[in-house]
Amino acid sequence: MKTKEPCRVAFPRFGNYHIPLEFLFTKGLGVEYITPPPSTKKTLEIGSKYSPDYVCSPFKFNLGNYIEAIEAGANTLVQTGGTCRLGYYGELHEQILKDLGYDVKFVNMSKANYRNPLTFYNEFKKVNPNLNLAKVSSALLTMLKMVECIDNVDDYVRQNVGFEVHDGEMEKIHEAYLEALKQVETKKDVIKTTKTYMKKLKDVKTKKPKKLIRVGIVGEYYTIMEPFSNHFIEKELAKKGIVIYRWMNVTNSILHYDGKEQKKVIKNYVKYYMGATSMSTVYKTLEWAKAGFDGIVHVKSFGCTPEIDAMPVLQKISADYKIPILYFSFDSQTSETGIQTRLEAFYDMIMMRKEKRK
Amino acid sequence: MKVGIPRAFLYYKYHYLWESFLEELGIEYVVSPYTNREIYQQGTIYAIDEACLSSKIYLGHVASLLGKCDYILVPRVFGFGEDGSVCTKFQAIYDVVNNTFRNQKIKILYYNINPKETANEFRSFLKMGKFLGKKKAQITRAYLIAKQNQKVNQLMDMKRQESLLEKDGMKILLVGHPYNVYDRYIGDPIIQYLKSLEVTPIIADLCDKKAAREASFQVSETLPWAFNRELVGAIEIYRKKIDGIILMSSFPCGPDSLVNEIILRRIKGIPILNLVLDGQDGSAGLETRLESFIDIIKIKRDEKDED
Repeated sequence: MKTKEPCRVAFPRFGNYHIPLEFLFTKGLGVEYITPPPSTKKTLEIGSKYSPDYVCSPFKFNLGNYIEAIEAGANTLVQTGGTCRLGYYGELHEQILKDLGYDVKFVNMSKANYRNPLTFYNEFKKVNPNLNLAKVSSALLTMLKMVECIDNVDDYVRQNVGFEVHDGEMEKIHEAYLEALKQVETKKDVIKTTKTYMKKLKDVKTKKPKKLIRVGIVGEYYTIMEPFSNHFIEKELAKKGIVIYRWMNVTNSILHYDGKEQKKVIKNYVKYYMGATSMSTVYKTLEWAKAGFDGIVHVKSFGCTPEIDAMPVLQKISADYKIPILYFSFDSQTSETGIQTRLEAFYDMIMMRKEKRK
Repeated sequence: MKVGIPRAFLYYKYHYLWESFLEELGIEYVVSPYTNREIYQQGTIYAIDEACLSSKIYLGHVASLLGKCDYILVPRVFGFGEDGSVCTKFQAIYDVVNNTFRNQKIKILYYNINPKETANEFRSFLKMGKFLGKKKAQITRAYLIAKQNQKVNQLMDMKRQESLLEKDGMKILLVGHPYNVYDRYIGDPIIQYLKSLEVTPIIADLCDKKAAREASFQVSETLPWAFNRELVGAIEIYRKKIDGIILMSSFPCGPDSLVNEIILRRIKGIPILNLVLDGQDGSAGLETRLESFIDIIKIKRDEKDED
């Protein structure tokens, strides 16, 4: 890469978090941010083509996003660290892109040390050597608020979209909200914008039956939060008139994470930390089972070890609390019809059980 | 009291330690048989479908010990601190076994390695020994003897291999987790077949661990897993003395899925065969691949000799 060229940063697509990321990079780090185009079948195809065969699909999506972002003008790519395979994504992504002949800068947060925040600063300095720490921290605070607000609004939509009288109203407002967030300058703006749109969402006419069907969705970090990768499963479920609950988001899993509490709640099932998101998966499944939910949907990418290891535990919870759990594993070959059929069957089963209980 | 030891996963890294620790404490133990078809099939029944082959085999071994002992030894490892982390499978295995065999009322003997909570090996063995009803002094003595025994035996294994490296003839480095390489059902057939072709198999896992972990940084900076570091480093250490490399992974091993790709992209100038073991029957396909790999190396060697 020509060293004089200004940085144009990109990070893989991940739910709606590209909006707070764009804010952090443009307002905080003072560099241009290239949002990769939304993930599509093509993204996964490109990613799979250059990835090792049986690597988990988030790796493939990320690689596809990188290549599409480079084509859209990005010259600096960022990857996070992680406690599972994710911790090694960056180095291999960088190697593959280099072998493909892409001349880009790669910022790999796996090189930073969590016990020493200064190392993060050093990594960010690679993006912009004239980094202004005050500016970064102020932008970071706004960004975190933005994440929280996005997650809150997301929760509301998830739990209500299945009951709107006029189809599509909420989605329109939700989209307009995300567009509006791209224009904010301060933390105050974030709060104000969110309030405005939250009100609009609450004004949407809904018609809820007396007995609600409640389904909780649990699973692996990427697949649960990137709707394209889970074949828009939440939307499909909501369409059937189900209230969808999802605990897993950046707010709950990073900003307000309480691992000790989780361990305490699940101690009859799990003694030790089982890796990545598995603890949260077990924790929420148990809580929702206790709360009398009608069903749980577990999603993950094919071969995700921590989530595979959570499954024997989920099976026990399912048996103990008599709660049906539907397991989905997605890879680049997953067929749309297969998913639909299994969702239908799951829904029918839930309805039958509800009838019986009456 | 009788302890059952599954002949799978960490058994291949720690059996000297476990066996002599229990012997010194005067505790009877039984090791599950070599992996066979039945154990493998039992494993596939108990395991989640898409779990890795090695973990299926592990559960098969646990199942084979049910009813044959009072406790089954299932250690849990969080990581090795500065030396690296482990696949989350080793973090989760205690709870996986406990939940999978809950209806069989399994009783587990365990210890936990977690440097973050100062749960080092000695302390964990102390706890385990107390659970077995032994006194502190007795446990300490047993641990130290077992540790010494492990060291001596591992050193001897290493020396034996080093002498093989000086031998003439073709030498192929087997890069794979020891629980795959030595497993009678999935890895050992490859070793035996190579021997039948008059090839000397060199086992990457027998390389000096500390030296290998250090050497691995020449190949990869951020590689998180200690066991994979030991294998990658062994390639660096042995590469001048070997004629080819076989990567042996069980399907769909998480760490290997990435690390093998790094190896293939970064280790140049030496033939590499990437074998993914899936436990399916039929050695014909495997043997053909091994044979043609060896043939290619032979041809290249002969060409070099002519030059």
